[in-house]
Amino acid sequence: MSIDESTAARVAKLARIRVEEDALPALAGEFNTILGFIEQLGEVDVEGVEPMTGVTPMRLKRRKDVVTDGNQQDKILSNAPDAREGFFAVPKVVE
Amino acid sequence: MSDLNKLGLAEARDALRKGDVTSVELTEACLSEIEAADALNAFVHKTPEIALERARAADARIGAGDAPAMCGLPIGIKDLFCTKGVPSQAGSRILEGFLPEYESTVSQQLADAGAVMLGKLNMDEFAMGSSNETSVYGNAVSPWRRGNDDTQLTPGGSSGGSAAAVAADLCLAATGTDTGGSIRQPAAFTGTVGLKPTYGRCSRWGIVAFASSLDQAGPMTKSVRDAAIMLGAMAGHDPRDSTSVDLAVPDFEALLTGDIRGKRIGIPKEYRMDGMPEEIEALWHEGAEMLKSAGAEIVDISLPHTRYALPAYYVIAPAEASSNLARYDGVRYGHRATLAHGDGITEMYEKTRAEGFGAEVQRRVMVGTYVLSAGFYDAYYNRARKVRTLIKKDFEDAFAQGVDAILTPATPSAAFGLGEMGQADPVQMYLNDVFTVTVNLAGLPGIAVPTGIDHQGLPLGLQLIGRPWEEGDLLNTAYALEQAAGFVAKPGKWW
Repeated sequence: MSIDESTAARVAKLARIRVEEDALPALAGEFNTILGFIEQLGEVDVEGVEPMTGVTPMRLKRRKDVVTDGNQQDKILSNAPDAREGFFAVPKVVE
Repeated sequence: MSDLNKLGLAEARDALRKGDVTSVELTEACLSEIEAADALNAFVHKTPEIALERARAADARIGAGDAPAMCGLPIGIKDLFCTKGVPSQAGSRILEGFLPEYESTVSQQLADAGAVMLGKLNMDEFAMGSSNETSVYGNAVSPWRRGNDDTQLTPGGSSGGSAAAVAADLCLAATGTDTGGSIRQPAAFTGTVGLKPTYGRCSRWGIVAFASSLDQAGPMTKSVRDAAIMLGAMAGHDPRDSTSVDLAVPDFEALLTGDIRGKRIGIPKEYRMDGMPEEIEALWHEGAEMLKSAGAEIVDISLPHTRYALPAYYVIAPAEASSNLARYDGVRYGHRATLAHGDGITEMYEKTRAEGFGAEVQRRVMVGTYVLSAGFYDAYYNRARKVRTLIKKDFEDAFAQGVDAILTPATPSAAFGLGEMGQADPVQMYLNDVFTVTVNLAGLPGIAVPTGIDHQGLPLGLQLIGRPWEEGDLLNTAYALEQAAGFVAKPGKWW
C-alpha cells in the first residue's frame, strides 16, 4: 500500500492540519516509511483473536446519574482565545 | 548539612523528621541549583514562590507531627500534568498561554502528601518522542557526557526534563509519564530509576492525554526506595478516571526486604536483538547473574510476538492520539492562528493546528487519522488491537509458568547525541522503545534500574517487568538488583 500525494492531502484535510502543496511529497514519503513499518502486522495470524479493549478485565464503575460539577462558566472561558458575552467566539459558520 | 539537593527522598525525609534540616532549606538548595542549570533546559516553568510557600507549610506540618511520606520534599513535575494556575503546555506551542483552572489528581495527591513543586519539566511535545527533541521549549540536555567530549547528549524522552533534573540533582525526584517507554528510557539514559506502574494504578485525570489506553504516570527517582515512597503518594483510585483501579495501595517501601530467594526471573530470548551492542548483552547477562547470586532462579522464556509490538504500537498510539488531539481546535484554550479576511472555521482549525503542532505530532496525528479512516480501520487498527491481545497473552503465559519478573535491557544503546538520531527516518527513533513498548501494550508494571557504565562513561540500565498490580514485588526485585549492581556514578558538573 503506497500513499501518493493526493492521499496525503486527503489525510491532512481529515486531520484538519494545513499542509502546503510543496510539503506533500515529503509527507507522503514519511507516511510510506511508517506504513511500511506497520505493514509487518500482516504476518501475524489473528484468526479468532479478540481485539484487546482493556488491560485488566473489570466492570466499569457506575455512578449516580446526577450533576457533579458545573456553574463555572468564567473558569471554562478563561483560557479561550476569543470569548464574548459568555460564549466561545469563532468565525462565522452559517451564511 | 551541605549539598541538600543531592539527597534522595528517603534520606531527606529522615533528616526532616529528625529535625536536622527544614523543607525550606531543602527547597532553597534545589531552587539555587535550578537557577544555575539553565544549560540543561530541564525546568521550563519555575515556580519558586509556590515552592517556598509549600515548603513553609510542610515545615509547619512536620513541626505539628503530621508528616506524610512526601512531606517537605522538593520535586519537579512534568509539563504534561495540569497544575492549577501554572503553565501546562505538554511541550507544545498549541497550549501556549494555557493556565489550567484545575490540578491533576497525581500532582494534587503529591501536594496533599506535602510534596513541594519546584516547577514544570521539559518533555517531548505531547510526550511523542524519545530524545526530548520535539519540545517547543527546545532540547533538554543530559548532564552526562562521553568522557571529555563536550557533545550534548539526549537525556532521553519523552520525560527528558524529568530525567535530566533528577540526574543533575536539581530536585529530589520528579514525575514522569510513560506511553511507550517515556519514563524507563530516559531513566536508563541518565543513571536514574524510573517506574511505570500497572495501567490504572495512577489516575490519568488532569494529565494531557496522548494515547489513553497506554498512558501511565510514574516516579523518576534516585533510588528504588525513593520510587517506592513516591509511587505510594501518586497511586490510588480516582472516580474521575474510569480506568483507574479501585485497589488498596500497599506500603511499597515496607515490601523492600531485598530478599528474592526462590523468585523466578524470566529471560526472554526474543529480546536478544540483531546488532545489539555487546555491552548491553553483557550487562543483561551480568544482571541475571546478580539476581541469581541473590537467590533467584533464572529461567529462559519466550515472548513470541515481541517483534510485532512496535508496529502495533505505531498504529494504536497514533490512532488514540489523533482522537485525543482533536480537542486542540483554537476555540477553547491555547493558540489560535491569526486568520485572513474571509477565513471560515475550517481555515481556523487547519491553520491553528499547522502552527500549533510540531512536525512529529502532526505526523502522528495524520498517521492515526489514516489508520482510523474508512476502509483501513480493520486492516490497521483492529488488526493492531488483536496483535495487542497476543502480546498480552505472551506475558500471561510466562507468568502462568511461575515467572515472577522478567529481566530485559532497558534500551538498545546508551544515550545518543542530540541531533544524531533519526533526522531523516522517524522509524529509527521509534526503535528506541523496542524493549519498553511491550509493557505498555500489556499494561504491566516495568522499572528501569541503573546497572552499569559503558565504554564512553555513560550509564546503562536494565528493565524488570512484573505481574499486574504487583509493583511491590517488582520494586523488591529491583531493590535487590540495585544493591547488587551498586551503581553510584554521577555526571561531572559542567553546566
